[in-house]
Order: sequence, then C-alpha cells, then structure tokens
Amino acid sequence: MLNYVKLIALALITLFAAMAASWGRDLAYQVHAVLIMLIGAGMFIWVLRQTDEPKVAVDSSGYMDGVVRAGVIATGFWGCIGFLVGVVIAFQLAFPVLNFDWGQPFTNFGRLRPLHTSAVIFAFGGNALIMSCFYIVQRTSGARLWGGNLAWFVFWGYQLFIVLAATGYVLGSTQSKEYAEPEWYVDIWLTIVWLALLAVFMGTLFRRRERHIYVANWFLLSFIITVAMLHVVNNLSIPVSIWGSKSVQVFSGVQDAMVQWWYGHNAVGFFLTAGFLGMMYYFVPKQAGRPVYSYKLSIIHFWALIFLYIWAGPHHLHYTALPDWAGTLGMVFSIILWMPSWGGMINGLMTLQGAWDKLRTDPIIRMMVVSLAFYGMSTFEGPMMSIRAVNSLSHYTDWTIGHVHSGALGWNGMITFGAIYFLTPKLWGRAQMYSMSAINWHFWLATIGIVLYASSMWVSGIMEGLMWREVDAQGFLVNSFADTVSAKFPMYVVRGLGGVLYLIGALIMAWNMWMTIRGGVRVHAPVGVPAE
Amino acid sequence: MSDKDKDIDTETGIETTGHEWDGIKELNNPLPRWWLWCFYLTIIWGIGYVIAYPAWPVVNGATKGLLGYSTRGEVQREIDAYATQNAELTEALATVDLASLADNDELNRFAVAGGGAVFRAHCSQCHGSGAAGAKGYPNLLDDDWLWGGELTEIAYTIRHGIRNETDDNARYSQMPAFGDMLEPEEIDQLVHKVLALSGAEHDAQMAGAGDALYADNCSSCHGEAGLGDRELGAPNLTDAIWLYGGDAESLHDTITYSRFGVMPPWGPRLSDAEVNAVAAYVHQLGGGE
Repeated sequence: MLNYVKLIALALITLFAAMAASWGRDLAYQVHAVLIMLIGAGMFIWVLRQTDEPKVAVDSSGYMDGVVRAGVIATGFWGCIGFLVGVVIAFQLAFPVLNFDWGQPFTNFGRLRPLHTSAVIFAFGGNALIMSCFYIVQRTSGARLWGGNLAWFVFWGYQLFIVLAATGYVLGSTQSKEYAEPEWYVDIWLTIVWLALLAVFMGTLFRRRERHIYVANWFLLSFIITVAMLHVVNNLSIPVSIWGSKSVQVFSGVQDAMVQWWYGHNAVGFFLTAGFLGMMYYFVPKQAGRPVYSYKLSIIHFWALIFLYIWAGPHHLHYTALPDWAGTLGMVFSIILWMPSWGGMINGLMTLQGAWDKLRTDPIIRMMVVSLAFYGMSTFEGPMMSIRAVNSLSHYTDWTIGHVHSGALGWNGMITFGAIYFLTPKLWGRAQMYSMSAINWHFWLATIGIVLYASSMWVSGIMEGLMWREVDAQGFLVNSFADTVSAKFPMYVVRGLGGVLYLIGALIMAWNMWMTIRGGVRVHAPVGVPAE
Repeated sequence: MSDKDKDIDTETGIETTGHEWDGIKELNNPLPRWWLWCFYLTIIWGIGYVIAYPAWPVVNGATKGLLGYSTRGEVQREIDAYATQNAELTEALATVDLASLADNDELNRFAVAGGGAVFRAHCSQCHGSGAAGAKGYPNLLDDDWLWGGELTEIAYTIRHGIRNETDDNARYSQMPAFGDMLEPEEIDQLVHKVLALSGAEHDAQMAGAGDALYADNCSSCHGEAGLGDRELGAPNLTDAIWLYGGDAESLHDTITYSRFGVMPPWGPRLSDAEVNAVAAYVHQLGGGE
C-alpha cells in the first residue's frame, strides 16, 4: 500500500519537474528541473519494480554503518573536488589568462569561487560532519540510528543539495550571499534534509542506553540546531516566480548585511567549530586511547562557546554603514570568546597526556595534534582580527583569506583526515589503513602546503593593507590599487603551490582509502638478517 | 561515592568521572587556572570597553561611551588634520593662475604630489598607474596631445571630460563612420594613404589612389599634411603614436566604424585644487607644453 502512495508522489514530482523544465525562465532552473525529473522517474521505476515483490528482511540489530561508509567515501570524494577547484582559482588569481575565453561565463573566477568554498565547507566538511554524527551518536549512545532509512534520505538528500548548489553556481544562479549562495528552492530542500538529520540524531539520543549524553553529542546537537536556525533566517526571500531561480531578499541594506554576517560568522562558529569539536571529542580520545582531559572544562567551554559565538557576527562589518555600537558588541564578544575556544584545544591536546610517545609512531595522532594546533592559532587570530584597529588594516586584504585557510586547511581538514583514517579500516573490517607511509606522506604534504598558504597570505595581506593606507607627509596616497595587485603576484604563486601540495596529499589519501576498502594489506617484508 | 568506588586513571593518577562511552572516559581535572584567569580578564576588559565605547542599544540610538568615540569621527579627524596642515597651500592651489604655477616652487611641488595621489585613485584605472595608457586610452607620458598639452588645456580636459553626456562644455568631436559613405576599396586606399602619412610600409599605388579621397574626406580635420587639429581633437597622423593601433587592420576598422573615446568630467567629483593638482601632475610626466 505504502508503495502506491510513493508511486503517486514520485509521479507528481516527475510531472511537476517536467513542467518546470519546459517553463523555466533561466538555464540553471531548467537544468535543475531536468535533473529532478530524471531522479524522480528513476525512483519511480525502482519502486515500481519492487512493488508486490516479497520483502527482503533487513538486519537491524547492529549499528547502522552503511550510511557512514557512504559518508566516508563522499567526504573523500568532495574533498578532492573542492581542493582541485581551489587550486584552479588560486592560479586564476595569479595568472588571469586562466579565465579562458572558451569557458566563459561558466569557468570564470566569479563562478568558480563559490563552487570552491561550498565544495570544501558544505560538501567536504558537511559530509564529514554528517557521517561523524551518524557514527558517534550510535557508538556513544549504544543505540542504532533512529528512523530506519531516514538516515539514507539525509545522505542522498544532502548529495542532491550539493549537486544543485554546485551546478547552480556554474550556470549563474546565486543570491549573492557569501556561503549562502544557493537560491530559494535549493534552500528549501536543504531545510527538509536538515530537519531529517535533526530527527535522526535526536531520535538516536532518545534511544540511548547510556545515562549521560557524551560531550561530543552536545557539540554535534548544537551544530545541527543552530545551523538550521541560521540557514532559515538568512535565506528568507521571496521567489520572483515559481518557474525561475531568482528570488528577492526580505531584508535590505545594512540589515541584510548584518543578517548575512550573523549567519556567516556562525557558519564558522557552529559548522566549522562546534561541529568539528564534536568530531574532535570522539576521535582524539579514541585514537589516543586516553580519557578526555577535563570534564569540567568541557562543560564550561561548551556553554561559553555557544553563548558567545552567536553575537560575534558584527565584527565582519567594522567601518561600514553598521552602527558603531553593534560593531563594539561584536568585537567584545569575539575577544571574550578567545578562552572558550581555546578550552577545546586544551582538552584535545591534554587528552594526549600519557600518550605523547604516539606522536612519533602514529601519523594519525600527529594529524590530530597539528589540527588542534591550527585550531588554537586561528581562534587566537580571529579575536585579534576582530579588534577595530587591527581590522582597519586586515579587512578586505588577503590576511582574511590566510586566516580562513589556516582554520579550514589546518583545523577542519586535518581533523577530518584523521577521522577518515580512523574510520576507514573500522568500517570495512580491516586491521589498519593499506599504507601507513602514505599517511605520513599525506601529513607532510598537507602541513607544508598549509604553511606555504598561510604565510604567503599573511605577507600579502599585511603588505596590501599597509600599501592601501600609505600616505606621504602631506597626507597624499602613495600607491594605486593596481600597484598593490601587481605587488602580490609572487605571493599568489606561492599560495597556489601550497594548494597543489595540499591537493596531492588528499589524492594520496583517496588512493589509500581505495586500497584499504578493496581489502589489500600491504606486505611489509623486514630486511633479511645475514646468516651467522 | 565511597573511596573504593573511585575510578583512577593509571597513567596520570587522576580520578575519572566514572562515566564511560564506547571506551572513552573523562578525567576529573579542574579548570586550568591560567585559562580561567585569562577568561575572567577578557570579561573584565569587555565590561570596561563597553563603558568606554558606544555599545548598548537603547530606544532611540545607543550609548555613546565615555570616550565619545566613533569610527566616522576617527576617519574625519585624520582627514581634518591633513586638511588643516595643508590649508594654505590647498587654498592657493585652488585659485592659482595655472600659467604661473611653475614660478611658485613650493606650490608646484605640492600640486604634483597631490595630483599624483588623485591620479592613482581616479585616473589610473584607464590611463594605467604609470600613465602609459592602453589601447583607446591615451598615453600621458609623451608629447603627443589630442586636445592640447598646456597646463590650462589639460585642466580643462580633466574638468569637463571628453564626449560625455553629462557636461555641456565637454570637449567634443566625432569622426564619421566612413563605412557608410565610401566603397570598401576606397577605404583600403585610405588605409594605405594613412600608412604613407605616418611613414609606415604601404602600397604606393593604393596610397596614391587615396590622395584625392583623403583631401575630400579627411583633410578638413586631420589637415592636408595629416598633422591633426587640436581644436577638434583630431590626431596627428604623421607620427608613430596610435591610440587604436596603427596596423592596416586597426586603421581599416577606425575608418570604417570610427571611434568614440569618452572621458567623464571630473569637475563634479574633484575640488578645484584637486583638478589643478592632477593637471600639474600630468603636465610634468614628460610631455607638458
């Protein structure tokens, strides 16, 4: 009976998508409609073939790990895509000729840049977070995921969101809000998927067999709830037509800017910080085999972090039309946020107490430690850059780009690599990764890549900021804008090379994952001992 | 919890909280003292800061803060400080007779320095930060002037612009598009005539055939000898300097479709002193007359 309801729903969706494809007013919308139509028709046929067939019993006694396996693969895949696009746009900035005429307008910097940021934050980071949520909440609750196939809906629904967002950017559909570029129908879809994620997570927590909720789950739950709220408020907009992708924002002017940066900063705060701290609180103690350093610290820094982060957004709008009072509050909350942020770093690093020797032998632990070090560095740098006087130099320069990447490549990237190396052998039933020396290579390539990236952007950003404000004794500007652009060229090349190293590291990881999943075990033959 | 129930971590000798999830335990370490004190310090600093600076929204506006600080005020103070320091020179520059600017050494230096800043902010986008121009945007380093290279003439061009629709006194002229008026082969002949005028390689026979065409269609503006006319902004055709390219193909396009370079009027956006300053800067770049 349920199958008939499904068939009718899928038929209606396919029909509606066909109408949208024919009446769509812009290319992105039409392409998306055709995509939905194909998916709807494919699922219709699939459900039809299963209707009135005997049901295959699903074993639901153990943990639900299939969806986590899919998430691990998706994380590795989107990571490589996101880093590759990043390398392309880094070289487009250094060598503008790489905005090839034959690729216009689809492959110019303006369209590839959001493709890069969304691919790394939402596709790579988002898949890492969702699969970690699914894995950690099961293990620390001693319960199977709630909702049966709802977890699979979350996984595939999220991949569809990624594909709609990415193709939309390239085809020119954007609402021009940084990190929130997808248009209205993609936003609505993500909201549905996100609520399903919340349901799966909460449902599993309610089912838990442990009396207390583990700290990782506090962070993951705060991440899911807050991102839902941020996403809905920042994307309040009215579509121009139901047959087109364009929409108009409900907010305007400086209010729109404030809502956007309230969202933007908390995407950093709750997506890239709280969510990844949830990952850290599980994978670091597991990999180190040590207890978490301080329960008290985890409570205090959790509540302080989520209370303070939500107010820090206005520091993105110093010296703009935003009233000074709002900027002051954003800046003050950012500074007070410094120690709560560092609480996570202290708890992570000190968890290694009694296991420091593993740094020498275990490249996965090494990745996690470097990750925490970059977390600590960028959560110090962030509050510092929120100070008005510092911001007047750093704002609009490459310093911001360097800051973001020391956080993203260092903290988010490295902890995710650590999690992937932890999970892949476990989920596929292997003793360990196919090649430990490949992990070592990945570690060094990524670390050197980050150092090249961050240091070149610091040099370039501070130089550029100083050149913009440089005046002579009579108050006259010394440099033209073009002078600052040409002065940055060598740093842009170094940045691109740093990105190349990071990308190569990720490709080595993908190969290593592939070999591990295939089941190979690398034979490590010891050197023969000469006969006595 | 009695002592014997306590779960002690063997590595560190620290008690755990007694909870365990998937093998993960938690130590019962206190908050690190330095961490706690730093946290308190940032809170105390934050309270001080919001008292000193504008911070709290109230019904109509927000608290001003004890220091009376504002970001706009901060920028304004910096601008005012230089304005006060330069007041005399700025005043003199706004009203100076440009023809006599060279006699006042101090004012001239001030004008060139300030003009350079104006140029880098407003002019370099088209003319290049080194003022060497680009295709369609004149090079300002040479002594080839379309509308005149004396200080007053340069200042006029800057103030009113060229062929724009916003300033009634803009310099204006328009070359006809000869594609509508001449046969294709006549245009080819003119191309070679122009090549010949500039001393470039050309087909002598074609150029000869273009003589009469040139006299009928071009000489009224560009002059019989091709020396141009600054009254009309008509370029000199006998030198090697070309705004839109001096090769046969570019010349063919120029004659067929004409060109219509536009420069906005800067009078409404720059002060009199700034217009004079940037004129002085451009004048001394190499080609001033």
